[in-house]
Amino acid sequence: MTSHALLGRPQPASAKQAKPRSRLHLPGRRSGYVYIAPFFIVFLAFSVYPWIDTAWMSLHDVRLSTYDERTWVGLGNYTDLLTNSYFWNAFFNTFTLGVISTVPQLCMALGLAHLLNYKLRGRTFFRVGMLMPFATSLAAATVIFVQLFDPDIGLINWVLTHVFQLPAVNWVDSKWPAQIAISTICTWRWVGYNALIYLAALQAIDTHLYEAASVDGASRWRQFLHVTLPGLRPTIVFTIVVSTIGAAQMFGEPLLYDPSGQPMGGSENQYQTLALLMYQQGWSNDRLGLAAATAWTMFLIIVVAVSVNLLVARKRRMLS
Amino acid sequence: MGSRPLVRSMLALAALLAGVSACTSGGQTASSKVTLEGPCGTKKDATVTVGLFGTFGFQENGMWKEYKKRCPNITIKQNQVTASGDYWTRLKTRLASGSGLDDVVAIEQGFVADVVQNHADEFVNMQTVPQAAALKKDYYGWKWKQATTPDGKSTVGLGTDIGPEAICYRSDLLDKAGMGATPEELAQKWTTWDSFIKFGKQYKAATNGKAFLDSAQSVFSTAVYQGKRAYSDEQGQPDLEHSDGVKTAWKYATQAAEAGITAKLAQFSDAWNQAFSSGKFAAIACPTWMMPYIQSQAGPAYAGKWAVAPGLPGGYSNWGGSFLGVPAAADQKAAAVALVTWLSEKDQQVKMWTSKAQGGHFPSNDKAVQDPAVADATSAYFSDAPVGQIFGGIAGKMKTLPPVGIYDTQIGTVLSTQLSNVEKRGTDPDKAYAKAMDQIQQITG
Repeated sequence: MTSHALLGRPQPASAKQAKPRSRLHLPGRRSGYVYIAPFFIVFLAFSVYPWIDTAWMSLHDVRLSTYDERTWVGLGNYTDLLTNSYFWNAFFNTFTLGVISTVPQLCMALGLAHLLNYKLRGRTFFRVGMLMPFATSLAAATVIFVQLFDPDIGLINWVLTHVFQLPAVNWVDSKWPAQIAISTICTWRWVGYNALIYLAALQAIDTHLYEAASVDGASRWRQFLHVTLPGLRPTIVFTIVVSTIGAAQMFGEPLLYDPSGQPMGGSENQYQTLALLMYQQGWSNDRLGLAAATAWTMFLIIVVAVSVNLLVARKRRMLS
Repeated sequence: MGSRPLVRSMLALAALLAGVSACTSGGQTASSKVTLEGPCGTKKDATVTVGLFGTFGFQENGMWKEYKKRCPNITIKQNQVTASGDYWTRLKTRLASGSGLDDVVAIEQGFVADVVQNHADEFVNMQTVPQAAALKKDYYGWKWKQATTPDGKSTVGLGTDIGPEAICYRSDLLDKAGMGATPEELAQKWTTWDSFIKFGKQYKAATNGKAFLDSAQSVFSTAVYQGKRAYSDEQGQPDLEHSDGVKTAWKYATQAAEAGITAKLAQFSDAWNQAFSSGKFAAIACPTWMMPYIQSQAGPAYAGKWAVAPGLPGGYSNWGGSFLGVPAAADQKAAAVALVTWLSEKDQQVKMWTSKAQGGHFPSNDKAVQDPAVADATSAYFSDAPVGQIFGGIAGKMKTLPPVGIYDTQIGTVLSTQLSNVEKRGTDPDKAYAKAMDQIQQITG
């Protein structure tokens, strides 16, 4: 048994020509399936089956308490959802929270990666330090930020009022301040991770390009624009796609940010995201059918958002 | 030949899926008949798991140790979840799947109606176990009824504690405001919500704008159970339109909020916890389980500064209380029923109220209430208040209580959130109420 056969890779062309049907009978072929089976069985049981079950559930009126009594409602849950002000509120909150947490985050990550790519003193220290927030647990980070942003006793309002002589901001009850506070948590945690990905991609850019550019008298800013950015384009598309998916599913930060501990996203749902709404519908309000419809709607929204990203990226590539 | 592994894996998958769906339909078929063998339910060695939430206090008050002496063959394993909402979601999920259930599960008053209506057949019917059924006559009628199906045939659990309410207040702060009086005199001044709110306004004026009450929630959650109906009708279905309790409670709670006599603190928040000693408020609606809570938050330095007035604006009211049930799918049904029965007996309920460690769980067993250890109890921390007499008196007045319903907890949460919007953000009460009705619509569907 060769290692190739073990991994189920295509056989060399010569073997194929010599005995066209023989590859079906190679002993390694079948064991290949055995090796990939654990993943696919788990995938079927914990991804495919729940997807189908969720889709089926979304067509019924199901409550957690009366789980076995399902009433067929067809697309009723979906029409209910699309005419529901809570859904649209959560939809727009997810969108605005996503924009204000990913756009500055990716720009900052890019800038950081660009700077850390130069030969700096203590470069490793900065590179590791940058990744520390990512290694912090979401709950721990959010608890700290909740205290920082506390309208009455938080450090941020203290600095605003005592150092800058500005009025205090209600970071919890007012809509935009609360959304900005939540995106700050998100940005703080993920900026290092994205910077690391950019940094890895930057290392693949030929250093001669930078040398040539500086010989030509290009400033660091111009080097960034004309060497770094074009070299990073595929990586940037990747991070945008991953961040879009992440932002669309934002859940932990707004849940833990609410002082009541309820999945309401603030007392007037001012920062309730789609994932929070889904949780509230399913687990607080007991309406699993409606929550399942929200889950599938979220999935479709993510597919559309990612497709738009990729289309824009392709358009740009074709134009340039 | 080549496709055989594929066939095999398909079969494996089919078996897996069948296993999953078999799980979801389990539970219902299990028999709910239980026969107890001796006082411990069984003569064999057994481990009984007990699912609890919040601060039940059985372990803290030494009940498990005592049970080990009584039944050396029984080992008790306690699984406690802090938040009752999380606990309930978990319990519902396990009831739906029929697996992972503890042998004894705690059921809070806020969701007992759901258990009675939707899961009665998944619990041991206490009426069919002679030892448990014999306790019925000792219980407050309304308590037994809350855990019983409307046809009266099935009882899903036995009551632990109840939450008769009075008003706890800071006597030192009232003295400072020049409004000090004996607990009896204060109770006289606080017979109605109108006079209570008027008193709050006077306190505010006398203290240069200090808040009298902790939160408008203190008014709301008390007054809502003073009506004929709270959130639900007699069948346990949500009905706010015909609820006198919700209307009155909303009226007085928003009055208190708009008069500015509340400290606008969210109950059970960190800021609220701190305020028991900081003096941000002087009074709070006080179900009996609130007393140990106040004591632990305010600390020993405030002993004698807190007191209890023997009365409640608007009459009497009950806040909270729980039950212990045994799922029909439990592994150790007999041992579990024996444990629940023992915990519900007079002596154990007396201990849960009088224990120094974590007492304050007022008996739901009337025999225990009559016991001198309960009736004559006083609290040194609360200025030697005759708490046994006070809460026993209030509990005795509660002949009937409004029916409990399947969404009481969720509806209560929505209304309290909107109430806090009136209190903190100055939202118009009518608008907040309309918003609450809209959100309740999302729950009831």
